[in-house]
Amino acid sequence: MRLITHNMLQCHVRGCNANNFPLELQEVVLEQEEAEMNEDFLRNMLGKLEYDALVATCHKLDINDLPVTLPEDAQYNEEFLQILHRIILETHVKSGKMVCPNCNHTYSIRDGIPNMLLAEHEV
Amino acid sequence: MSRPEHQAPPEIVYGGEEAAKYAGNSRIAAIQAEMASRAVELLNLPEGYPGYILDVGCGSGLSGEVLEEEGHVWVGFDISPAMLEVALEQEATGDLFLQDAGQGIAFRPGTFDGCISISVLQWLCNADKTSHHPKARLTRFFSTLYSALRRGARAIFQFYPENDDQIQLIMGCAVRCGFEGGLVVDYPNSKKAKKFYLCLFAGHEVNGVKQQLPTALGEDEEEPEEIGVQYTSKKRNDSRVRSNRRKPLKDKNWVLKKKEQLRAKGDKTASDSKYTARKRRTKF
Repeated sequence: MRLITHNMLQCHVRGCNANNFPLELQEVVLEQEEAEMNEDFLRNMLGKLEYDALVATCHKLDINDLPVTLPEDAQYNEEFLQILHRIILETHVKSGKMVCPNCNHTYSIRDGIPNMLLAEHEV
Repeated sequence: MSRPEHQAPPEIVYGGEEAAKYAGNSRIAAIQAEMASRAVELLNLPEGYPGYILDVGCGSGLSGEVLEEEGHVWVGFDISPAMLEVALEQEATGDLFLQDAGQGIAFRPGTFDGCISISVLQWLCNADKTSHHPKARLTRFFSTLYSALRRGARAIFQFYPENDDQIQLIMGCAVRCGFEGGLVVDYPNSKKAKKFYLCLFAGHEVNGVKQQLPTALGEDEEEPEEIGVQYTSKKRNDSRVRSNRRKPLKDKNWVLKKKEQLRAKGDKTASDSKYTARKRRTKF
């Protein structure tokens, strides 16, 4: 799972509607995989990213390349887009778990595939 | 053809053996790819716009390949671990999740530029566990999907409805969750090429322009193009089929032998002719 997708995830346990984002990554194993740079895509995604959550998540993973606040010229800042691309599209979470900050539900990740299945009482 | 959703829950039907078929069988792959590219076409994204697309029931990632070719970044989920394993083996480029659509999807509002799904919806009409209520599951799925889509984005579902009630149920749930849109039936007059696409719009207007339901292919009895998957069934020249037909126990030789025995006994016996041991014409 790429970090961009992690940034889009929220807990979907029944009744867990507030403070259910971002899921906290724990005991993760990361892997870098090269991907083709697509600036248009990054520009489209800028509005959808929760930038603060992304920076916070990266800090926990010891990735400190991102500026703390989103640069104002982010759309056309080549250098920034490069860093963003490397972090959100080339960094994959291979294993570990994600914990909801609100209800503490744990989603485990194996082979890069998070298990999002819920127990019956959580639906 | 029997319907797989009548056999067992999806994670069992698409277990090891069936999943292996998706890795090897080129006909399945071709049909899936064709439906996926039609679904992407129906998404109607602006030319050259690389989107962030959700693939519901991604399976082995066949439809993801189509999305990838179009330049989109995709995220897929499936309920069958075996299918996801195949996807891993085939090095699918999207992010994969193990997830049950009926439990809702776990994405933030406004995440996706579109959603496609190939033959999944009919599975949601089943109650495989006592806790399953199809209507509740469909509603949960559609409501979470509606919020996860960008305003004006489309969700295209290819599915195999079993009957009209199922279509009514699915569309009713979708409409109640805020979606607009309708059903597009491609090749409605062909038995095999006929395909149902449920086109849903999350928000009816894009930049002040009302979204129109796309037109279906082949409505005027035109046949599907031959380039893709061939839907006309081949005449089977199979000797196996013929040999399976049951042979009559008392064939001509048996009758002739019996008549010979009767003649030897001196009984009155009809003479042999080309009509001997033939079946009588069926009468009205």
